[in-house]
Amino acid sequence: MYLIISRRSILRKANYFVPLQEIWKITDRMENRSIVSIADYGKEKIQYLLDMAAEFERQPNRTILQGKVVATLFFEPSTRTRLSFETAANRLGARVIGFTDPKVTSSSKGETLKDTIKMVSNYADVIVMRHRLEGAALYASEVTHVPIINAGDGSNLHPSQTMLDLYSIYKTQGTLENLNIYMVGDLKYGRTVHSLLMSMRPYNPTFHFIAPKELEMPEEYKMYCKKEGIKYVEQTDFTEDTIADADILYMTRVQRERFTDLMEYERVKDAYILRADMLGKCRENMKILHPLPRVNEIEQDVDDSPHAYYFQQAQNGLYAREALICSVLGIEP
Amino acid sequence: MEKDIMKSEEKVTTPRPTGRGKGEGPQALLVAAIENGTVIDHIPTNKVFTIASLLELDKCSDQVTIGNNFESGKMGKKGIIKIANRFFSDSEISRIAVVCPNIRFCLIKDYDVVEKKIASLPDMLTNVVHCANPVCITNNEPMKTVFYVTDKEKGIVKCRYCGKEQQIEHIKLV
Repeated sequence: MYLIISRRSILRKANYFVPLQEIWKITDRMENRSIVSIADYGKEKIQYLLDMAAEFERQPNRTILQGKVVATLFFEPSTRTRLSFETAANRLGARVIGFTDPKVTSSSKGETLKDTIKMVSNYADVIVMRHRLEGAALYASEVTHVPIINAGDGSNLHPSQTMLDLYSIYKTQGTLENLNIYMVGDLKYGRTVHSLLMSMRPYNPTFHFIAPKELEMPEEYKMYCKKEGIKYVEQTDFTEDTIADADILYMTRVQRERFTDLMEYERVKDAYILRADMLGKCRENMKILHPLPRVNEIEQDVDDSPHAYYFQQAQNGLYAREALICSVLGIEP
Repeated sequence: MEKDIMKSEEKVTTPRPTGRGKGEGPQALLVAAIENGTVIDHIPTNKVFTIASLLELDKCSDQVTIGNNFESGKMGKKGIIKIANRFFSDSEISRIAVVCPNIRFCLIKDYDVVEKKIASLPDMLTNVVHCANPVCITNNEPMKTVFYVTDKEKGIVKCRYCGKEQQIEHIKLV
């Protein structure tokens, strides 16, 4: 006979005398703890992960995952995300198995994702996976008892990037509440901006969407903002004046291949490049984020500015991913 | 009460085989009665043959009656399908609701309507329609599709896996 207890019932009974972090610890052990998306996480869960990331930043090298095996299955090429996850696992004492190219696996022989996941589940304690197909991570989490961490599924979700973005914002601003977040560039296809937008929902942000017409924020995300009461402003001008009130300037790359009209690309390609001389009027606390890789959308002269934060942001990815791995394993720093 | 209403509707189309009832005109014999089975009523005239195809009635060995362009007070004209000795599960009815919501499935037992179901979109569709997104995992793995119906009025569904919202009339049945 099984005793089935829901997370909600524990919260209801325990909320008054057990710290929320303890509840997350208890309930995470009880159910499939996969992280496919963090878009619907509440403040408590996000704060739990932020605090854990801060703890790992204080001391990144530990042995708390000794004896554990982390599988990194990259069905699609990745450099930063894979290295960051593998470094996180190694720095916590875990062993890492996996592949970086599906051509060398049975996937190339026609093996289904389900079979690959079930096979790897026999060996690993946690699976970090990236896949070109949208929804692959969610499906993988349904076919195995081993927790899955979504390291990107096509253009759908990339929760570990969102987590490091949130951590970078929290660290530089001291809070996630009431911030002016300016998103610049490719807002149509950029999954990082979509995920960030949704995960900021509980914190009363004001978004400014700065993009060319062809790459403007998709209607479904604007509808999401309206439904959730999130304030946003749309603009096409990207100047010193239009970014003066930003707390966070989130830059993305405008890619040539996204344009159906190449004349339009030629017209706008230089309009969304950030130069150091555009930072004269910006707020002191303003930080520039970018998911990387950068091509030319941030001029090299910006790198020396105290507002530039994109390389530290990438470093924060290590701590955020250490937190995510430990969270799904139910292990405390 | 519902049974009585259907009985009065059925008088037009499914008279007992014992003979023409009192007051019934020649139109009563347009469609033969069935003893047991299902009457699908209130079908838009342009969907009758689509539904017949979806239900694979061409392979049915029992008595099947397909009628179209009958006069209807509510619809102007309507179609009707009667299938003897066949009853449809809720999942089959959900499948039909995808292409044609609001049609009625009347279960007939011993010439009487014993239950009436209106085909309406459920909150969730499991393995009923394909996702229109070619890079959705459901189109690349041998797995069931799952859609959440986000707007029943407008017929908008959302894929559980890729999260894409789609107009149900633009997507293909499994």
